[in-house]
Amino acid sequence: MDKTQNNKAWFLVLPVLVLVAFSAVIPLMTVVNYSVNDTFGDNQFFWAGFEWFEEVLHSERMHAALWRQLLFSAIILAIEVPLGIAVALTMPKRGIWASTCLVLVALPLLIPFNVVGTIWQVFARIDIGLMGATLAALGIDFNIGQSSLDAWIIVVGMDVWHWTSLVVLLSYAGLQSIPEAYYQAGRIDQASRWAVFRYIELPKMKGVLLIAVLLRFMDSFMIYTEPFVVTGGGPGSATTFLSIDLVKMAIGQFDLGPAAAFSIMYFLVILLVSWVFYTVMTNLDKEEEFE
Amino acid sequence: MARITLSNLAHSYFPYPRGEQDFALKTMDHVWDDGGAYALLGSSGCGKTTLLNIISGLRRPSQGRVLFGDTDVTNAPTAERNIAQVFQFPVVYDTMTVRQNLAFPLRNRGMDSAYIKARVDHIARMIGMEATLDRAARGLTADAKQKISLGRGMVREDVNAILFDEPLTVIDPQMKWELRTQLKSLHREFGHTMIYVTHDQTEALTFADKVVVMYDGRVVQMGTPEELFEAPAHTFVGYFIGSPGMNLLDAEVSGREARIGGHRIPLAAAYPQLSGRVQLGIRPEFVTLGTSGGLPVRIRRIEDVGRHRIVRAAFEGTEVNAVLPEGQPFSPDMTHAVFAPHAIGIFADSWRMTPAAALHRSIA
Repeated sequence: MDKTQNNKAWFLVLPVLVLVAFSAVIPLMTVVNYSVNDTFGDNQFFWAGFEWFEEVLHSERMHAALWRQLLFSAIILAIEVPLGIAVALTMPKRGIWASTCLVLVALPLLIPFNVVGTIWQVFARIDIGLMGATLAALGIDFNIGQSSLDAWIIVVGMDVWHWTSLVVLLSYAGLQSIPEAYYQAGRIDQASRWAVFRYIELPKMKGVLLIAVLLRFMDSFMIYTEPFVVTGGGPGSATTFLSIDLVKMAIGQFDLGPAAAFSIMYFLVILLVSWVFYTVMTNLDKEEEFE
Repeated sequence: MARITLSNLAHSYFPYPRGEQDFALKTMDHVWDDGGAYALLGSSGCGKTTLLNIISGLRRPSQGRVLFGDTDVTNAPTAERNIAQVFQFPVVYDTMTVRQNLAFPLRNRGMDSAYIKARVDHIARMIGMEATLDRAARGLTADAKQKISLGRGMVREDVNAILFDEPLTVIDPQMKWELRTQLKSLHREFGHTMIYVTHDQTEALTFADKVVVMYDGRVVQMGTPEELFEAPAHTFVGYFIGSPGMNLLDAEVSGREARIGGHRIPLAAAYPQLSGRVQLGIRPEFVTLGTSGGLPVRIRRIEDVGRHRIVRAAFEGTEVNAVLPEGQPFSPDMTHAVFAPHAIGIFADSWRMTPAAALHRSIA
């Protein structure tokens, strides 16, 4: 075969390459540059190697932020997933009320993050907030500016309010995909309500619930805007999660080196979780094909 | 186990049906014997699944009663009827092993574990799944899953009837035959009342002692496969059963003679004057072709199906088919179709007329 070798078509990739370079690669490399150098401004850099990484890895402040972050993710998952499933189970399956419920449930998802933060900030204020003022009138001491516990309650409550809907919608979709015959078989086998949930609904929801857990984990692990608007990370650093701390470090204190090193590690963790997510999903698809 | 009685039963999906056309299931009275193997046969949308769901209690009839033995179960929920159902698509509990699947109905009824174990082992032997008892149910093939569904039904000793809703739809052809044979032998051995819904005549005719043919929400005939073949009660039974189906030709009937487009066809018995649309029906197996006599037809094509040949012909645009037995010669000048008089059926407004019934009808 006489085939003309011509690889010029590769040049067609060039525009995308340039675009990605400007949107992702160059900014990322800037961060890498900051993370391995020390600078006092004026674009003067001094080689620092992995010093910043070591510093950040051994920083107690970082450890504390990481533990707060993990605790936050664990709490919201423990609340949102069971609550979401419970709400999805009680929703009507068809008819006008099904659509109505879906729209109502989806509403919180459509509200911008900083607006959600503002709503809850105002909600918790002791002078004018519905919740704060009511509690104050009842003589209950509730102040997110002073009590760490109160701040956590509000931040967790806000996340549950904002994101349980996502779990509800995914669970609802999973439930809707179960053929009626399964429920009929359950009735014929005299399965209790719990047995129907445990052996029919839950196994069939496994896939969507996995998506829900991983999405909510990733999102909560990267959360910034909402707690920043409500508590600003306070009181003290009680609600300072990883990204809030990162911004403080980079823009508040101008510790660009440690902040860059921290960003890169943060990014790698997210990348790792994404990889786990992808692997688990593809394996699950394979299992389903096997059926 | 129990006899199933359908008394004055009818069902409409409309809350306020305005007439017969609104009924998915027209009024019917039937008694199905204990231990019988019944097949509900009909094309899609004829009401057979509706009837099955009424028997299983998944749907409440808008009128009439359902009796199991002497107990009225019309308003009883599925769980109280002690019936088992095998669905079109295999329903197994994915997270359980085969053993747990089979034990599930008994566990839900709070039986003790020694009894459950003995019973599950017994059923596994019956459906031939002893070797796979401890495997996860999710990885099994469709036919194995259908066997588990069946086993889950039979595991209860008090089961009144086993219902099958087109259970072989997703099964590979060669496994279909095997499963059908196995079902048949299970029925012979254990004598459960079995009701089998299908639109496949082969499945119905090989499985059932009695075939219930449904058409447009009505049971048009209930009988043995032979009866359906030899004396279809309705033109639908005629052309739905048999391959090819019955030939149906518009005719005028008087006495012992039918006239089709001016040609005289002798009949085996005398019929009085019939009203409505009168049709002559004859199965292709009883049509012979010759060079003279009978009905002149135009031969369109000949299909060789192996054991015999099917001659596709037409008389004035109406299809007339004949089955040519193996080895029988055929020549192009054999353009006359002769009908065996004893095999001719006469239908008025789609219903079969026996000479006596026709007499009754003409008097009434």
